[in-house]
Order: sequence, then C-alpha cells, then structure tokens
Amino acid sequence: MQVAVRHSLAVAAILAATACEKKPEATPEKGAPAAQPEGTKAAAGGKKIKIGILTDMSGLYADLAGKGSVLAAQMAVDEVGGKVGDLPVEVVSADHQNKPDIGSNIARQWYDVDGVDVIVDTPTSSVALAVSDITKTKNKVFLASGPATSDLTGKACSPNTIHWTYDTWALANGTGKQIVGSGGDTWFFLTADYAFGHALERDVTKVVTDAGGKVLGTVNHPLNATDFSSFLLQAQSSKAKVIGLANAGGDTINSIKQAAEFGIVKKGQRLAGLLVFISDIHALGLATAQGLELTSAFYWDKDDQTRAWSKKFGEKNGGRMPTMVQAGVYSAVRHYLKAVAELKGATDGKAVVDKMKATPTDDAVFGKGTIDPNGRKRHPMYLYAVKAPEESKGPWDYYKLVREIPADQAFRAAAASECPLVTAK
Amino acid sequence: MPRFHVVTFGIMLGLLIAAPFVVYPVFLMNALCFALFACAFNLLIGYVGLLSFGHAMFLGAAGYAAAHAAKVWGVSPELAVLFGTAVAGALGFVVGWLAIRRQGIYFAMITLGFAQMIYFFCLRAKFTGGEDGIQAVPRGHLVGFIDLDNPAAMYGFVLAIFVLGFLLIYRTVHSPFGHVLQAIRENEPRATSLGYKTDHYKLIAFMLSATLAGLAGGTKALVNQLTSLTDVRWQTSGEVVLMTLMGGLGRVTGPVVGAFIVLALEHYLAPLGEWVTVIKGAIFVVCVLAFRKGIMGTLGGALKLPL
Amino acid sequence: MSQLLLGLINGSFYAMLSLGLAIIFGLLNVINFAHGALYMMGAFVAWMLLQYCKVGYWPSLIIAPAAVGLFGVALERALLKRLYKVDPLYNLLCTFGLALIIQGLFQMQYGSSGMPYQIPDALQGSYDVGFMVLPKYRAWVIGVSLVACFATWYVTERTRLGSYLRAGTENPTLVQAFGVNVPRMITLTYGLGVGLAALAGVLAAPMTNVNPTMGEDLIIVVFAVVVIGGMGSIMGSIVTGFALGVIEGLTKVFYPEASKTVIFVLMALVLLVKPQGLFGRTQ
Repeated sequence: MQVAVRHSLAVAAILAATACEKKPEATPEKGAPAAQPEGTKAAAGGKKIKIGILTDMSGLYADLAGKGSVLAAQMAVDEVGGKVGDLPVEVVSADHQNKPDIGSNIARQWYDVDGVDVIVDTPTSSVALAVSDITKTKNKVFLASGPATSDLTGKACSPNTIHWTYDTWALANGTGKQIVGSGGDTWFFLTADYAFGHALERDVTKVVTDAGGKVLGTVNHPLNATDFSSFLLQAQSSKAKVIGLANAGGDTINSIKQAAEFGIVKKGQRLAGLLVFISDIHALGLATAQGLELTSAFYWDKDDQTRAWSKKFGEKNGGRMPTMVQAGVYSAVRHYLKAVAELKGATDGKAVVDKMKATPTDDAVFGKGTIDPNGRKRHPMYLYAVKAPEESKGPWDYYKLVREIPADQAFRAAAASECPLVTAK
Repeated sequence: MPRFHVVTFGIMLGLLIAAPFVVYPVFLMNALCFALFACAFNLLIGYVGLLSFGHAMFLGAAGYAAAHAAKVWGVSPELAVLFGTAVAGALGFVVGWLAIRRQGIYFAMITLGFAQMIYFFCLRAKFTGGEDGIQAVPRGHLVGFIDLDNPAAMYGFVLAIFVLGFLLIYRTVHSPFGHVLQAIRENEPRATSLGYKTDHYKLIAFMLSATLAGLAGGTKALVNQLTSLTDVRWQTSGEVVLMTLMGGLGRVTGPVVGAFIVLALEHYLAPLGEWVTVIKGAIFVVCVLAFRKGIMGTLGGALKLPL
Repeated sequence: MSQLLLGLINGSFYAMLSLGLAIIFGLLNVINFAHGALYMMGAFVAWMLLQYCKVGYWPSLIIAPAAVGLFGVALERALLKRLYKVDPLYNLLCTFGLALIIQGLFQMQYGSSGMPYQIPDALQGSYDVGFMVLPKYRAWVIGVSLVACFATWYVTERTRLGSYLRAGTENPTLVQAFGVNVPRMITLTYGLGVGLAALAGVLAAPMTNVNPTMGEDLIIVVFAVVVIGGMGSIMGSIVTGFALGVIEGLTKVFYPEASKTVIFVLMALVLLVKPQGLFGRTQ
C-alpha cells in the first residue's frame, strides 16, 4: 500500500516538475514566440508582412547600425502608410551580438515560428553569411545593408539575398586605389579576424598588387579587441608606408586612437581606414580623424534630397545623422515593399527578389540604381576626405567630396564575381 | 533497472516524444544536446567528485571535428558525429591523464587551462574559421537514405542519441565500476587501500565523460548546422556546471531537468537581454548557498525517492 | 625589444590581479572567480566618478579601489562566509555566479561597446626612447603596479600584520586561540585583494575603453598565472605575472598566433614537472 502511494506520488511529482518546466514553453507569453512545429507555418506570410531587423544592438557596431537601422526601416514603412495593399507591415528587431550562432538561431526561429518574411541589415559579415544560407533554405528574403564581405555576391551568393549598401570590393576599389595612386605602395594590414576582415584584406591586396604595390605583412586581431599596441608596433617595424586597417566600428576607432598614442603617423607612416563610418568620425573627433580618406555610399549633406531625409532621421535619432548602413536599410525596405506591392504577397522569397532585381531602384538616399543578377545593388560610391576642425561649420559637418565613382565602376562586375548564379546563365 | 526508474524513464521518454508537437523542435534538439552534455558532466562531478571547469572543450572540439567531417570531407552524419565523439574521447584521454593527478580546485583550474588552450587553438587554426565558425554544415542523409533536413527525422536522430547516451550513463553509474567511482568520491585513500587503482578509474570516467560530451557536441553541430567559438568558450563550461548544479549533482535525471530549465530561460527570456546573465548568476548563488542538492535532489529527498 | 616593454605592461596587470587572487586564496582558500568582474568594476567606478561627480583620475585612483574593496567586504560578510565549512568548490561556484551578476548588470546599464576614459593631462604624450615611442601613461602603469606589488609583499612578509596573516593560513584555530580575530582578518584580506583588482581596473581604464566584458577573459589568463606561480604564493604571483607578460610579448614577435596559448602551455608543463607551481609549497 505504502509503496503504491509513494509510487503514484512520485509519478505525480515528476509530471508536475516536468510540467512546470514545460509550462512557459507551451503557453506563449508576451514577446515570446508562439510555439509551432518547424515547417507548418510556411503560409505565415499571408496575413501580414513582417520585417526583421537583425542587427548589433549593444556591441561595437551598435552606433553605425543598431537602433538607427530599426528607425530607418520604420520610416520606410511609415512612408507607405504602414501597409502594402491590405497587408499590414510590422517591423521587429533583435540583437545578434555579432555572433554567428546567435544570429543564425534568431533567423531560423524568425522564419520557422514568428512568420518573418524578410531580414534586413546584419552588420557582421560572419553572421550575414550564416543568415544568407538559412534564408535560401527557407526561401525568404535577406537584404544585407550592414555587412561588407563581397562573398555575399561572390562565391556565397544566393537567389534570396541582395547585398545593398557597400562591399569590400567597392571599398578596396575606392580607398585602396586612391591611396596606392598617391604613392602608398607598400602595405601592412591590421585585420579583424573574421569573414569581413579577411575579405577586405583580400580585395585591397588585389588592388595594391595590381597597381604594382607590395603587401609586407598582416597581423590578425580578434573582433572587439581593446589593446592594439602590439599589433601597431609590428606594423611600425615592418616599415610599410601604409598601415591598412581592415576592421570596422569600435576596432577602427581604437586602432586610430592608439596609433596616435604611439606616434605612428608622426614617424611617417600613413593610416588607411578602409571602412570608416560617419559615426566613427563622430567618436574620434575631427582633430584625430582629419585628412582620413574614406569610401562611402551615402553622406547626409550630399544634396537636397539626402539632407531632407537625414534631417527627418536625425530628429528621431537624438540628433545623430544616419550612417550609410542605416540609409541602406531605408532604401532596401522601400524597394522591397514596392516589389511586394506589385506581387501582392511576400510568401515566395525568390520571386520577391527576382521582382526587385527586375525593377530599377529610386529613392531619396541613393538616387537611381539597379540590382545585378548576383544580388549586388549598384549605385554610385563617393570618395570623401575628413575635414579639419577649422573647415567644419558645425556638428556632423565632417566630409568633403574628393570624387564620385560612377555606379558602373563602383562595384565588381557580376561576370567577375564567381557567383554560380551568373556563371550558370 | 528498478521498477521505479523504468517508470521515470518511461515518462521522460513519453514527454520527449510528445514534445515536438507543442514546442519548437530546434529548441528541443538543442536542449537534448545540452542535457546529454550535462549528464556527461554529472558523471564526473556527481559520481567521482571531480569538478571540471573546462568541459566545453569536449563539446566544442567534437563540434568542430564533426562539422569539418560533414562539410569538408562530406561524410555521412552518423560518421561525422562518431568522428567528433572520437576526437573528444582522445582529447579526454590526454587532458584526463594530466589533470587527474590533482584534486579539487587544482583539478578545476587545470581543466580550465586546457579548455582555454583549445579555445585559442580554435580561434587561430585555419579550418575552424576563427570568429566565423564552421557554417552551413550539411545535415546529410542518415545511413545513406534518411534525409535529416526533415525536422521529424532529425528530431528522432537526436532523441535516439540522447537516449543511448543517457542509458549508457545510467548503466555505468549503477555498475560495479560506478560503485568504485562513488567510493573514490567518498574517500579516495580508502578506495586505494582496498586495492583499487583509483587513477585508472578516474581516467576512464574522465574519458567516458569527455566522449559523451563529444557525442553531444557533434550532434549539436548538425542540429544548428554551425559550430562557433561559443561552444568552446569558458562561459559554456560554466553553463553546464549551472545546469547540473541546479538539477541536482549526482542525480541521473538532475542534469536533464537543469539543462531544460536553463535553456528555456535563455530561450524565452532572450528579449530581456542581459537580465538572463543576471538571473543565471543569481540562480548560481542561490543554489550554492541554500540549495546544494538541486531540484531533483531536493524533490527526491522530500519524497524519499531515488529520482 | 619594444614588444618586451609592452609585455611588461601587460605583465603588470597580470601581476596585480594574480597577487590579489593569491592572497585571497592563501587565507580563504577561495578561488575568487569574481576577480575579473571586480577589476571591471574598478574601472567603471572611476568612469562613473568622472561622469557623475566630476572626480578626476587622481582621486579615483584611491576612491575606486576603496569603494570596490568595501563592496568586496560586504560580499564576503554576506555570502562567502557561509560557505567556508563546505567544499571550497562551492565558493568557486558562488563567486562565478557573482561574476555573472555583476557583469550582466553593467552590460544592461552601459551596453558592451565600452566607454572612453581620457588619459589625465599630466600623463599625456610620450617619451621617445630610441627603439620605440613609449606613451607616458604606459610607463606610469608599470611604475604604479611595481609599487603596489612591492607594498603588498612588504606588508605580508615583513610586518606583524603579515605574520598574523601567514599564521592564519597555516592554522586558523591556533591563531584564534592567541586572541587574533581571524574572521575579521579574513574579511579584510578579501577587501584588500579585491581593492588591488580595482586598482588595476582604474589603471587600465585610460588605456582601453571601460567595458563590461574587460575582465571576462583576462581573469582566465590570471588563473593560469596563479597556477604557474604556485597557488597562494605572494612572491610567486608577482614574479610570474611580470615574467609571463614578457614571455607573451616575445611570442608575439616570433609566433603571434600562439601568444595567448603559450601561457596555458606553460601551465600544463609546470603542472607536469612541478605540480605545486614554481614558487608553491607542497600540499
């Protein structure tokens, strides 16, 4: 008798224990996704268009993308009245923490469970590559504004991905060429040790060697490093004329600052920030950053259209002007919604992307543009130089134009991209 | 197996088979991998009394090995997982051989040190892809014809691996070998004086634990189709300690419950951001101060049952 | 050569942190996993002082370690004290949990990209020492940490208080019987060790950004330093700290890929040959 009671008690207890543990899973709470088996929700896109901004909310790219990207997407959605046809459009966001495992988990779950139709931004190349892959498997859409690696439209291209704002090839072609052209023919690279850094180093190396220059060495540093002193000293002792910073965001800021501390520029070497955003210049201050040459797809003060849009953006963003990544998010979402409106739905990701490729782009931030068959968005790029403090007329007045690189030269030709989508045709 | 354990086990299995109809399967598969990982860890701390603070190295090393085998060599998923498991086992032999010479905190420090070595290796080595990790790992076809891209098949595969691993641990713990291990935990000099070569026993237990952790890691790589540095970081080693501690040290079902709870916390509280870290830390402190037997231990004690 | 000097700077952080760990371990038998988090707290307190109270670098150098030290004392009284009777492993786990809490709270409040902290005016600029440009601030860091390490060594090895401490490590009951308040001594030691970590944090603040994760990975390296030096050995941790910084610097020249691994390889070697560490007593 006693044994029986004890047994049933135990069973009840285990059931209770496991039920407790399962409870939060079975009943979706606020903010938690509704639990659904993988794959059964393929038609989720039918009732609503969901735009997922997958970005860095708290790390070293938070300033150049982050909340500003969400804002830019929301602005694009608001401009079409919050709906496409009779489908309401919703913007959701998440922090991928620059880690591919976290990013791909979120992407997978967004597509499987939450009914997200398109993922936008993703300012970390390693995460972007993972997301692009998942997007292809699930036949959704990935609009990469934030990442840099040209592999997204090269070896790793996908019929579901459009690489929107810039890429490593364009940076190398802009900044790299300019510096080699002005006598910087021996290089040493400080490379962020992940997909983006390596792609940038590779693309710039090609530009340098094609122009008859030489790369004397490379040192890899981890993402989000704090102490660059030993890397910088290695670069210094290489006697290279140019130290190429194949990194971004906080890493670039720190390397430029510490280079000043160790008197690298004073001793005659040149620093080449290969990917510099206006938010970085803002953080560095003009006194440290003046004279730096950089390639960008967007500058708020370029013309009347960009000024008007940026002013609206700035008002909602605490006065901070948009970076090219944030502008790219706006531009990409606008074009996406146009394609969805014409197709009257977003369920078939590849069809949406094909539609986007077939339609020329036109918006307030990048002007007129096109999309190549390999998924490369094409628009002009600009080579800017950072103003000296006395040239600047006010906050955020940072760049002066060196020259414009027309759209057909700014990006790699699709035929040269090694993208299977192009070569198969 | 005593009848009570058969019942417990049956209920657990039933719940796990029913679960994917209610809960997101990818989450469940991850939870199963971590549950197996925690069970393997528990074999050491719960039954031999050795706190390894570097168990992530086995999870991660196996993950990288399996991912590499599946992606670059293109082997079938079961072979990839086996290869990963073997790598972890070999690593377990080397590390274990060096580490079991010391006890207590020293043992924890040494395992931690080795785990960091593996971490920096994975960060720097060419084939691991640095910060990118190994991405787009194909799940492939099990024994040639079962397509693991089908969620149900994948879930079945993971569940089968978990059950096998779990039963193996259960069997080990309740075998004469397991009893010697527990004797070592209680009083090592006495076990030595009874004629047991305690170092051999400890080494075998360490290797077994490493191998099973590797089994979990290899499977996890296929589930997520990705292996990254997160798997080898020392924070992951800390996480498995938390799972085991919370579930109940030295209880067979403890780590399973612990793993599910910790992962559910991470999964469903993710919108709260850093609060998850704080909550995990608080659970640690509370468990250590007031709750050292863990959930299953306390529950088992209250019901006078060997849960 | 210049890498050597940089190694020495890194080494001074290793030395100060491992020194704090060593005295805590020596007396409390606790591996303080929260050490990295408290180091980060030191840097953050300095940053907050500047941000919210306009207190500059120099006062922060004293105030921040004192504040964090007091916080440490509170932690010891409230939590760690309860765990001295059980297996020391539980203390390790408890401090690990504390580290998670502290770091999580700061990350929530300040994000993880880090806050800039300016180098004080007096230490701006650099010396040109021929083979390299040495920023003044980095020279200052080496100086301060040498002084701090020497002072700690002097207190523990050459003063009466230190002799109590060392005796307390050997046999707490006996020392208690002589009328020394051992629990209070333990609390103070924890506070002192934590204060050293915070001092290192303040020193690091202007060199790197003040970042909630700054202690996270450093602490693991420091553990290795402590193990190599011999757990609980004061002199051992100082010498090993500086030496490993230099060795790491040298590896960066010859084989940069291995610069972080070399410390752990050394640790494994030392444990094989001399398990109690280079300067440790046998158990």
